[in-house]
Amino acid sequence: MSITRRKAVQGTAGAGLYAALVAIGMIRPGTAQAQAAAQIVTRAAFEAKGIADTLKALGAAGATEAADIVIVSPDIAENGAVVPVGVNSKIANSDMVALLVDKNPTALAGAYQFTDGGVAEVNMRVKMGQSSDVVAVVRADGKYYMAKKEIKVTLGGCGG
Amino acid sequence: MADPMKIRAAVRGDVVDVRVLMAHEMETGQRKDAGGKLVPAWFISDVVASLNGKPVVRAAWGPAISKNPYLQFKVRGGKAGDRISVSWVDNKGEKRTDEVTVG
Repeated sequence: MSITRRKAVQGTAGAGLYAALVAIGMIRPGTAQAQAAAQIVTRAAFEAKGIADTLKALGAAGATEAADIVIVSPDIAENGAVVPVGVNSKIANSDMVALLVDKNPTALAGAYQFTDGGVAEVNMRVKMGQSSDVVAVVRADGKYYMAKKEIKVTLGGCGG
Repeated sequence: MADPMKIRAAVRGDVVDVRVLMAHEMETGQRKDAGGKLVPAWFISDVVASLNGKPVVRAAWGPAISKNPYLQFKVRGGKAGDRISVSWVDNKGEKRTDEVTVG
């Protein structure tokens, strides 16, 4: 028992710790399977704060800015609890899109993976605690690209 | 059992346009209840959308996705009569799958 306990202590964040928690039965395996099936980004990436750390957690540090990524959203969102945001990547072979909100408690809102005809164009609704930059990260042919847009929020979506 | 999703799938030019509305609380884990205690996070963490059984779009979500999540995406190579199915799993292990025919 002390060995698995050691592992749990050593496992930094995310995957290592997660595996250790599964090993000692703290997380049900059913959930673990679902996680493994859609391993787009590590769960640890959802814990990162701010754009720079989250990019690092995504393995996308040093992503180049690209004009071919369009963030579709209002410039001013009245209700931070429901901010419609769309990401449209015109870069060929885009297979992953992630959306980050800089000033949220954790920056990563969602990540999407496209296979077998899925088009790298998604629309979603996110919560924003306050006015902030949102960043779209796109992976195409193994390279990372990003685009940024500021969205002003008049009523915050967290707490309340 | 969670409430069913509302899914609309329609052919638009050379793509199938899919819109999904899921029923879920999407609790952030940041909010406090009336007694001042933190309400634990409860959110959809994984979504898989398939065309005729073949996964086309997968999503990994955090709690920053809005309550009753809306998702819209497009798929190439679909036609009227094809099946679009969408499944989600939340961080408590609860799951739901719904299917529609492309119209």
